[in-house]
Amino acid sequence: MSDHSSGLAHGYPYLFDRQALRAQLAVVDRIPGVAKPDPILKVSNMEREFGGLKAVDVRHLEVQRGAITALIGPNGAGKTTFFNLITGFDRPSASHSGPTGWEFNGRSLKHTGAATVARSGMVRTFQLTKVLSRMTVVDNMMLGAQDQPGEGFLLSFLRPVWGPRDKAIRERALELLQRFKLYEKKDDYAGSLSGGQRKLLEMARALMSNPSLVMLDEPMAGVNPALTQSLLDHVQELRDDGTTVLFVEHDMHMVRFISDWVVVMAEGRIVAEAPPAEVMKDQAVIDAYLGAHHDTDLGDDALLAEGESLDALVAQGAGQITRRGRGARQDG
Amino acid sequence: MDFLQSLVIDFGQAAFSPLTAAFIIAAIGLNVHFGFTGLLNFGQAAFMLVGAYGFAISQKFGAPLWAAVIIAMIAAAIFALILGLPALRLRGDYLAIVTIAAAEIVRIVGANSVLQPITGGVLGVARSSYAKEFESLSPFGDGIARIGPYAKPWTAGGDSIWLRVVGFGLVILFALLVWLVTRGPWGRVLKAIREDEDAARSLGKNVYARKLQALVVGGVVGGFGGIIYALSASVQPDSLGRTTTYLIWTCLLLGGAATVFGPILGSVIYFVGRIAIQDLARQFIPPEIMNSQQVPQFTWILVGVGLMLIVIFRPQGILGNRKEMAFE
Ligand SMILES: Nc1ncnc2c1ncn2[C@@H]1O[C@H](COP(=O)(O)OP(=O)(O)OP(=O)(O)O)[C@@H](O)[C@H]1O
Ligand SMILES: [Mg+2]
Repeated sequence: MSDHSSGLAHGYPYLFDRQALRAQLAVVDRIPGVAKPDPILKVSNMEREFGGLKAVDVRHLEVQRGAITALIGPNGAGKTTFFNLITGFDRPSASHSGPTGWEFNGRSLKHTGAATVARSGMVRTFQLTKVLSRMTVVDNMMLGAQDQPGEGFLLSFLRPVWGPRDKAIRERALELLQRFKLYEKKDDYAGSLSGGQRKLLEMARALMSNPSLVMLDEPMAGVNPALTQSLLDHVQELRDDGTTVLFVEHDMHMVRFISDWVVVMAEGRIVAEAPPAEVMKDQAVIDAYLGAHHDTDLGDDALLAEGESLDALVAQGAGQITRRGRGARQDG
Repeated sequence: MDFLQSLVIDFGQAAFSPLTAAFIIAAIGLNVHFGFTGLLNFGQAAFMLVGAYGFAISQKFGAPLWAAVIIAMIAAAIFALILGLPALRLRGDYLAIVTIAAAEIVRIVGANSVLQPITGGVLGVARSSYAKEFESLSPFGDGIARIGPYAKPWTAGGDSIWLRVVGFGLVILFALLVWLVTRGPWGRVLKAIREDEDAARSLGKNVYARKLQALVVGGVVGGFGGIIYALSASVQPDSLGRTTTYLIWTCLLLGGAATVFGPILGSVIYFVGRIAIQDLARQFIPPEIMNSQQVPQFTWILVGVGLMLIVIFRPQGILGNRKEMAFE
């Protein structure tokens, strides 16, 4: 299920112990671009211009292996563009401040196509979901798996070659669908799913290959609060099993609830990095991120307290949904 | 009663003619492109022409039959690579433009008088110069077969039983192969590419390589359609032009893209339907209103209208799944 060796391969034991991981991060300096004890992803001098507008202008960023890192920032901050650049769906513009480069698990991804990036263990989802409409939900899921020899033309004639692997893939797909509450929909066309169900399907599909880093672009936008809680639990389990998570999210409650580290982006730049409890107190964040919206609720400290209840989260979440729903439409 | 009888006889002739087999095979190839992978190939007739040329010219210059077939396959594959290597890197519409243009180039170059000694120019390659070895392989011997109302030569000519057996044998073979490869993981990746290339990429699928494969596979199948076409008539560049491509599309959309039997059913219904319109028009429209030269033109108009009606009212074709169309 998990890739336990990935941490060890680089001389660091994977920190399955969440408290130890957080303790390690607690002593990291609170400056944008700070080095991490064990980075799985390192990015330097990544810029992307859209006709004069600098959508992304990142000097340096490291993502800690084994951590759940949240990437937050106002609309148009460049988060999605940054995701696109890292995963090979977009190419950086020439940088003026130093050599552009990014490496994943110690391997440079500078000239790597999107498919190869995914195969190397970094799988992303899209803010605007990309489900395969005229395919069934379970077929969507099965496409997320790797190492299926039958995807080659010649071997696809030989069912004995790919049949057993396909069966295993299907079992895993159904297991994930159970967890994501999509099992009943398994034989429906993905095009018939609702917006929230599509988000769920895409996230589940990304997990099919047991990626070592999963990058989720607003995974919970439009997902109902009760399910959000169970998915948050699932994301934490993923982490505990050895998957690093980097996610974009506007819902501060969720960010505070599950992330070990928060990176704040504004106008293309990384303006702050810190553990979640601290990040909202940072003056640079309040200035850049809030701007005029000083009254915006940036999440409740009470949620971080021990013994928080699902009820509390659902109550908070219900308020969030309407706000997020509006945001999502503006993004589209 | 006489009219009905001759109508039914014409139906049988149209449904099981070698030409129909050639179209079915070409439509099966196009189905791999468009139906399963979403590739817009508007030059399938050129794949037929390239296959037909490859086969006919190598036979004409003395290559044995098996070699001529392999050369035809290689020629169609190379044609697919020439089109696909540059165009498949771009978005889908570019392939459409490139295939239209390339099909015209192949047709015009083939018809060029400079190439007369090889391609025969506008007149093409005569059937007699490449059909002999094929006919010599017939197990049926000479003579005329009488099956019900039909009297067909066993072996000789483009309307023989032997050519029908081979043509429809290939139809069954290719339908089977398409079924085999598209039910498995390869077909699943093709459909993913059809639905959303970026999604397929994000799941680690090599989209470019798979599209190229699909273009080559469908193109080579189209080349076989060209061989059967050549054996049923002759290799004339102008008879495998835009109109033929358009007819192959009609057959595919009529039967239902992305289904295994769609191309077969679509082609048979198309040929039978055209004969029906023609016979009915000849029978019931007085010559003062429409003379016999105008009837085929009238038929073409109705075929065009028919294609429009399919696309509007049954976009999934006869065998396609209505539900799928809801998510276009
Ligand atoms: N293809 C494009 N062409 C031109 N401008 C673009 C393009 N993609 C993004 N931009 C611009 O780049 C900036 C960053 O966009 P991006 O989608 O990365 O923001 P984001 O941080 O993901 O925002 P949100 O939270 O709303 O999703 C925006 O100002 C946007 O207008
Ligand atoms: Mg975004």
